[in-house]
Amino acid sequence: MNFDVKEIRKDFPILEQTVNNRRLVYLDNAATTQKPRRVIDKIVEVYTQYNANVHRGVHHLSNIATAAMEESRQTVKKFLNAASEREIIFTRGATESINLVASSFSQQFFSDGDEVIVTEMEHHSNLVPWQLLENQHKAKVVKWVFDDRGELNLAELEELITERTKLLSIVYVSNTLGTINPIEQIIEIAHSHNVPVLVDASQAIQHFPLDVQQLDCDFLVFSGHKIYGPTGVGVLYGKEQWLNQMPPYQGGGEMIETVSFSGTTFNQLPYKFEAGTPDYVGIIALAEALRYIESIGIDNIAAYENELFTYLNDKIQSISDLRLIGTAEKRASLVSFVTDFAHPFDIGTLLDKMGIAVRTGTHCTEPIMQHFGIPGTVRASISFYNTAEEIDILRDSLLRAVNMLK
Amino acid sequence: MNELESRQQQIIDEFSVFTDWMDKYEYLIELGKELEPLSDSDKTEQNLIKGCQSQVWLTANYADGLVTFRADSDAIITKGIIGLLIKVLSGLSPKEIIDADLHFIDAIGLRENLSPTRSNGLVSMIKQIKMYAVAFAAES
Repeated sequence: MNFDVKEIRKDFPILEQTVNNRRLVYLDNAATTQKPRRVIDKIVEVYTQYNANVHRGVHHLSNIATAAMEESRQTVKKFLNAASEREIIFTRGATESINLVASSFSQQFFSDGDEVIVTEMEHHSNLVPWQLLENQHKAKVVKWVFDDRGELNLAELEELITERTKLLSIVYVSNTLGTINPIEQIIEIAHSHNVPVLVDASQAIQHFPLDVQQLDCDFLVFSGHKIYGPTGVGVLYGKEQWLNQMPPYQGGGEMIETVSFSGTTFNQLPYKFEAGTPDYVGIIALAEALRYIESIGIDNIAAYENELFTYLNDKIQSISDLRLIGTAEKRASLVSFVTDFAHPFDIGTLLDKMGIAVRTGTHCTEPIMQHFGIPGTVRASISFYNTAEEIDILRDSLLRAVNMLK
Repeated sequence: MNELESRQQQIIDEFSVFTDWMDKYEYLIELGKELEPLSDSDKTEQNLIKGCQSQVWLTANYADGLVTFRADSDAIITKGIIGLLIKVLSGLSPKEIIDADLHFIDAIGLRENLSPTRSNGLVSMIKQIKMYAVAFAAES
């Protein structure tokens, strides 16, 4: 494999530091990823060389900024293999992308009593927007449960789909369990009943190759900051046929064609869904992050991370006091675990004192905690800049923490 | 030196021997394990302190002009931290508790070394303890 993690780590300035007098071991990548220098440099480049509001100005700087933003849309389009750049909507993140669909798709396609299926393993951002619709009596939320390993049963989906099912909104990789859902089969089943599918790819897009045309998903969302881009920017991919029929989400500048008090007409895709000045600096930097990923190769990243994940999983399982939460056959990038005698917070606090960054708590997936009857988990999540040595440090530190707390 | 001051000084002295943060946490964990647990009937929603990632329950009893606190948590370190607060503040009068300047927290480096969420938990704990004292002061 043409992959040198020592060289890779040099691209990430933040990694070279000490925390509590120990070398930083950053294993909270599912929460957010660190940024390669070229992404940070790109942000500086925009502000120092061609900052100007996009799509409006006739002047030189505005033309450069606009071109850079639209090139970024092309980069995202290619990265996802979308059919058209009109299918790429820039948002503030996966959360806003889902809220946009929940609002606009339901306005057009839901009537009283219509149903949306979500799974028990969704991040709150793919549950609460639908519950808000339910509160307004605009939709009914139907829950698709998982088993104790953290796997969905495809036969159950067939049973949940009714004539009233208008959408299936589902996570690709669980941010808490690590489960990789068999998304292609799921989409196939849903489509066989004419049910469109929204895929939350927030924990998938940065880990393995993804092709929206091959998946045939109707919508796909992700956040830029989880794929080495800046915070505050995200993507909604939607098939043009759906996006064209959906009403605008927010009103404001950019999303209009003509405005008058007797009536306003709306801009074409994708601008119809991009009200207000977009975060063009973030968008341009996100595209730089995607180019960085491409320069390493997403296949190389997937292969390396897969190996490291197996190593992590084995090391955690070798500690008899820890119990894995999420043992699905197909998992990626993260492990969640608990002990019988200590709160996840105790373990997270002690790991922090040993220089290790992990996440503790419910990970915005309280229904998963309720399923297992636990207050939270400790979650260690990897990126391709992590090393086997770091996993060894995690294991040794966990052993020390566990022995202190026992 | 009054009672409150001598209690704070004792904790500061105990912590001064620790050179490493892990030692301090070892001590907090011991304190947490030693703190007598609350019965399930006391672990009510009403006794729950909001603002901590782990759950913390606090009860207060007022007799003979003094307030006695008891507490529990589902996290051991959190229990150790509230155990410290109880060591310092339990058994004092409402006025002493209300006026207490808890300088030992800074002195032992607890405030700056706790994560923001935990730090907020500490702030919530102190607030709740003082609110009990205010209520008892109004009663007497």
